[in-house]
Amino acid sequence: MATAALAHAPAHKHHTSTGLDSTKIAIWAFIGSECFFFASLISTYLIYKGRSLVGPFPHEAWTNPATGEVMKPILNIPVTSFSAFVLLMSSLTMVLAHSAVLRGDRKFSKIWLLSTAALGATFLGMQAFEFTSFVHEGLTISTNLFGSTFFVLTGFHGAHVAAGVLWLVTLFFIDNKRGLGPRDAINVDVCALYWHFVDVVWIAIFALVYLIK
Amino acid sequence: MASIVQPPSVVRHQARYEKGLLSWLATTDHKRIGQLYLYTSLVWFLVGGLEALFIRSQLWSPNGRLVTAETYNQLFTMHGTTMVFLVIMPFSAAFFNFLIPLQIGARDVAFPRLNAFSYWVFLLGGVFMNVSWLLHAAPDAGWFGYAPLTTKAYSPGLNIDFWVLGLQILGVSSLAAAFNFITTIINLRAPGMSFMRMPIFTWMSFVTQFLLALSFPIITVAVTFLMFDRFYGTNFYTIAAGADPLLWQHLFWLFGHPEVYILILPAFGLVSEVLPVFSRKPLFGYNVMVYSGMLIAFLGFGVWAHHMFAVGMGPVADSAFSVMTMLIAIPTGVKIFNWLGTLWGGTLRFTTAMKFGIALIALFTIGGISGVMHASPPSDLQQTDSYFIVAHFHYVLFGGSMMGLFAGMYFYYPKITGRMMSETLGTVHFWLTFIGMNLTFFPMHFLGLTGMPRRTWTYDANQGWEFNNRLATVGAFMIGAATLLFVYNWFKSMRSGAPAGNDPWGGATLEWSIPSPPPDYNFAEIPTVTSRTPLWHGDPGPGPATYPAPFTPVQPRTAAQLGITMPTPTVKPLIAAMGLGVAFTGVISHKNLFLILAGAAIFVGTLYNWLLTPLEPEHH
Repeated sequence: MATAALAHAPAHKHHTSTGLDSTKIAIWAFIGSECFFFASLISTYLIYKGRSLVGPFPHEAWTNPATGEVMKPILNIPVTSFSAFVLLMSSLTMVLAHSAVLRGDRKFSKIWLLSTAALGATFLGMQAFEFTSFVHEGLTISTNLFGSTFFVLTGFHGAHVAAGVLWLVTLFFIDNKRGLGPRDAINVDVCALYWHFVDVVWIAIFALVYLIK
Repeated sequence: MASIVQPPSVVRHQARYEKGLLSWLATTDHKRIGQLYLYTSLVWFLVGGLEALFIRSQLWSPNGRLVTAETYNQLFTMHGTTMVFLVIMPFSAAFFNFLIPLQIGARDVAFPRLNAFSYWVFLLGGVFMNVSWLLHAAPDAGWFGYAPLTTKAYSPGLNIDFWVLGLQILGVSSLAAAFNFITTIINLRAPGMSFMRMPIFTWMSFVTQFLLALSFPIITVAVTFLMFDRFYGTNFYTIAAGADPLLWQHLFWLFGHPEVYILILPAFGLVSEVLPVFSRKPLFGYNVMVYSGMLIAFLGFGVWAHHMFAVGMGPVADSAFSVMTMLIAIPTGVKIFNWLGTLWGGTLRFTTAMKFGIALIALFTIGGISGVMHASPPSDLQQTDSYFIVAHFHYVLFGGSMMGLFAGMYFYYPKITGRMMSETLGTVHFWLTFIGMNLTFFPMHFLGLTGMPRRTWTYDANQGWEFNNRLATVGAFMIGAATLLFVYNWFKSMRSGAPAGNDPWGGATLEWSIPSPPPDYNFAEIPTVTSRTPLWHGDPGPGPATYPAPFTPVQPRTAAQLGITMPTPTVKPLIAAMGLGVAFTGVISHKNLFLILAGAAIFVGTLYNWLLTPLEPEHH
């Protein structure tokens, strides 16, 4: 009788109403919540767009008040396009990692997990490079409204990528130690959902901040 | 099953976690966590109430000088913040924790350790916020913390830092709990319990969790901007740098209005459990109750700017938000009429829980009607920032939420403690609260309409405000006395109340099918559900002649006897929460980097350890 079996099984592990693992539902709830988090950050960026009283500006030339020199717009779109490409490619390697874990292919699951983490880390490195060069050109978090909204929005996205890299590296080490097989697929699946979400958010940020003038 | 027999060392290890302090610090049992929420909120309720009594004493006579204007600002700010975030929300959370798994026929929530973590973080947030009193730096800019008033330029002290960081901590707790309960309700329902068979309290809680999950990120962002402005010199709220003075208000009320429904929907759910049992009728219009709850939540995200009619948004925005706001009155009115429909023709039993439930219908309706008044911008411009608004939101929050929560406490006391609460003291508590509440808040309508501003530290004589202020103060002390009586009754009945049995009231839902207090595993066998009212078998019947219903005492068997594997008790959630506490203490101590890093290290380290340890003892 099914109920007898249930009485012995911890409900959250072996039997669920939807048949899905609870972790999967929780990560979707979390992602829903995160959508509102990033929506608030992005809306603020858009509301404040073009309202900075002093430069540097993202898409317009500006005059350096100290030297009187006319400066170029600060965003470096080719470089960021490349880092956006890197992050998008990491979604591909994430899918490959997940499928390798599903079929119990330990060699490739390790390769793809590590590549995903490495691509994420490359993105972070390029973001660090971007932030430092902005500071050198005179844009800090307190320079103007653009500086405040830009650094906080992209900074929070970067923090999400960093958390994802840590997660991926952890999965890699577990894989290395005992091997991740089909029964671990849910853990990789949840990490992948998070990772893809962070990528999608970047597409929105890249389009709204960098591409649209 | 071979796994039932456990080695003696494991048994000894577990015994340490069954009684005493450690059993509470290490618990992952939703029923214990629910009680921790309940008792902690009770303490904050007394603190927030004391703040209210200081406010009312200060306003007893014109030109009162009991407290200074600075202290008064701190008192009303902390009264509001406490009652919203540390009383009504966690009282509701106590019921989410205690009831949801019982109502859906589950052994626990989906993530028991995360649940413990939510509680410890909530406790930490409350303590953090209130420590400010000891430093004479309690938050002082209102519970809504309007920027730019709260920016460093206008509020240089630590006061707002405490408020900002305290809210961030409490946000972590609420969000973690919301993900947990959403998952629990979707995924851990007993076989046969479809969504439309769920008890109505679980439904309203479910809706509330979505409100929490979707509105808290918005306040998190608003408060993060303020934190960055105060700590790192960003310009989000710096008007001189071109910032919009309304940004905070929009973000805050985008959260703040859904928050109103976060405060009321759980109370609506509780009352919807109480009324049918004491009317001996199923809830009238169950489906419509569910849909109206969802509609309230949905519309709740589209009405935030009715808090801002006075800022000059223009006639188009004002009209749109006005219409949306009046629309919300429809699903709310539907609920009121459904409760009346439940009572109509029923065999009414006026227990204390029932009295509080009926009081909610009456008092919330009054608050709802004054709400419709200031849904109209021209009318709101007269009423905004006056005591009329104070009267309105106390009718919905005290007359609504608190009455509903009290109804729930009297109704579920036997289930929580295994004993009956004194109905005599309960009745006295009810009437004192009911009369005191109306005496306090009804005169405030007149005070507001004759021009008395809110948040005012004092007022001149010959304004004609003296008499109504005195009435309000007398009423407030009546509520205070009533509350002490309630606390006395609660603890006295725990020792001297009559044993309750499984189902003292003749209830309909699963929580009444198991012993009171329930054993740690809740259900010896997970039930199969075939209707909305499984214990009534299609007919509520006349109910017990006297309360508690007669019963034969049964000693429930232990989890080990039944071969049920329970989660291993663990203090890791507590340690992780303490890590957060250390980090936040570091932030407020002039960004002490050592404390911040140490706290973060404790948090992350414990989290790793926790996530890599299985929930239950492994057996082979």
